[in-house]
Amino acid sequence: MNFLTITNVSKSFGGPPVVNDVSLDVARGEFFALLGASGCGKTTLLRMIAGFETPDSGAIRIDGEDMTMVPPHLRPTNMVFQSYAIFPHLNVFDNIAYGLRKLKLPKDALRAKVEAMLATVRLEGLGKRGADQLSGGQRQRVALARALMREPKILLLDEPLGALDKRLREAMQVELRAIQRKVGITFLLVTHDQEEALSLSDRVAVMHQGHILQVADPRSLYERPNCREVADFIGEINFFHATLREIAGASATVNAGLLGILTLPAANLAPGLKPGDHILLAIRPEHVRFADAGVVGEIAAATFLGARSHFHVKIAGRSEPVFVSGGAPPQGPVHLAFSPDRLIGLPTAG
Amino acid sequence: MKNKTLLLYAFAYLAFLYVPVLVLPVFSFNDSQFIAFPLSGFTTRWYAGLLADSALQHALGNSLKVGVVTALLSTLLGLTAARAVTRYRLRGTGAALGFISLPLFIPDIVLGLSLLMLLGAVGLPLSLAGVVLGHLLVCVPFALIVLIARFEGFDKNLEEASADLGEDGWMTFWRVTFPLMLPGIAASLLLTFITSFDEFLVAYFLSGTEATLPIYIWGQLRFPGRLPMVLALGAIILGASVALVVLAEYVRNLGVKKPMVGA
Repeated sequence: MNFLTITNVSKSFGGPPVVNDVSLDVARGEFFALLGASGCGKTTLLRMIAGFETPDSGAIRIDGEDMTMVPPHLRPTNMVFQSYAIFPHLNVFDNIAYGLRKLKLPKDALRAKVEAMLATVRLEGLGKRGADQLSGGQRQRVALARALMREPKILLLDEPLGALDKRLREAMQVELRAIQRKVGITFLLVTHDQEEALSLSDRVAVMHQGHILQVADPRSLYERPNCREVADFIGEINFFHATLREIAGASATVNAGLLGILTLPAANLAPGLKPGDHILLAIRPEHVRFADAGVVGEIAAATFLGARSHFHVKIAGRSEPVFVSGGAPPQGPVHLAFSPDRLIGLPTAG
Repeated sequence: MKNKTLLLYAFAYLAFLYVPVLVLPVFSFNDSQFIAFPLSGFTTRWYAGLLADSALQHALGNSLKVGVVTALLSTLLGLTAARAVTRYRLRGTGAALGFISLPLFIPDIVLGLSLLMLLGAVGLPLSLAGVVLGHLLVCVPFALIVLIARFEGFDKNLEEASADLGEDGWMTFWRVTFPLMLPGIAASLLLTFITSFDEFLVAYFLSGTEATLPIYIWGQLRFPGRLPMVLALGAIILGASVALVVLAEYVRNLGVKKPMVGA
């Protein structure tokens, strides 16, 4: 079932480990994203899967075969580089055909294969273009086509849309997903853009300081982050300090200071929390609403965003404003309300 | 006002650089044994004399042989060293680069003398091979500088992309590295050839009985009657050198207008 298996892989470049004891399983045909801020080790992990770096310890298996020490040119992976790495001395056709030399195809068959791939990435008729005559989006497609041409078991994408402007990036996201469905190849995407990871992937692994914090589908990641870092990195969120009082059956009671004593579903607590623990209560801005009664606050800043607006609401006894997303509030002081079902309980550290 | 002074200075400087050089071709066409104004008439007999001089042609042959071999070897050595320096994280890279470049700062006369003593000490006869060795010391740093610049000019992801697409190190070199390095390699070949071809001191110490062209010219200066012929020869070498340098610069810049990195 597991197609790519990474077991206890670590890597350092002479300093602290860049990738620290990472284990990960990716299924065949999955669109999987490694998400994290720059320097979290996600690119190093990708380069170890491609074979450009060798793990200090641990193992990497692809489709049952141990790849840990196999050089890149013998691996069943292909990569779309962040810089695209289009060969500047070759035209589009020769770039895409680059990896097919060993197949020794007759000229017509080679042409047909490359033309079909040009059509897949919507670059029909551009085969004769030089590398310097392409737009950013076209270069991205050439890099994608060149890597797909070898029908890899896993396609590795290193921040593939990072160099494109916003509009083009959104169009390419849709297209990338469509191409993945069409070719059915396992895609492993590295990105620091949480929106990109959430919108493209079947599952996402969030990396932080060389560790994988959480692996989940986008919805679970958003609704059930397992720690502060993940909650903070995926979208906007408000944190409140609280103490876990008791867990009784399916519900848990917390003392949330100025929010009072609250009861929430025990399933909303991160695993491992015990009564008496100091915890963080987290709630998304869209789950806080303006009401007739509740915590009194004052709007410190408002951003109009069309369908909804973003508000920073100052409340007494708290230095950080509460982030609220919703419709226009009444004039003057506001009351904030939320359903305790929407609260998530997280450990304060680690 | 200030601009005018600067312009004047620029012209004076250019004159200072090139007027002495222009004396060479001018007197090489002058129909007199004596190097003095006024010019006495146009002639090509000094050039004709060159064609008849077999010792000169032998020396020219020697210089070409030494120059070509030196250019090929120093470019090959420079290419491997430049790749190592730019593509790998190696311990002692800085020190190695320093030692390789050191001959640039050692006076050629010291270099020539020490090589002469070394060859004598190990009992090797003086020959053109010795001259090539000496010239390698002087030329490898030039090759290295030109080639490192070219390596740094292109994205190392290009070589990784080739490996990723199934090519081993050797095929990656031929399909990606070499074509992209070609302008740098050509520039390095031309530059090292000229350096070797023009070099006098090291060759003077190490060539033994086989004179290279600069040594031959030096020998001819003892005979005042042959001076105009030497001027003619000098004029030809000057023209060829300028042509080669221009060609080297042109080739080196080839392809630079194309984006060398992916993004």
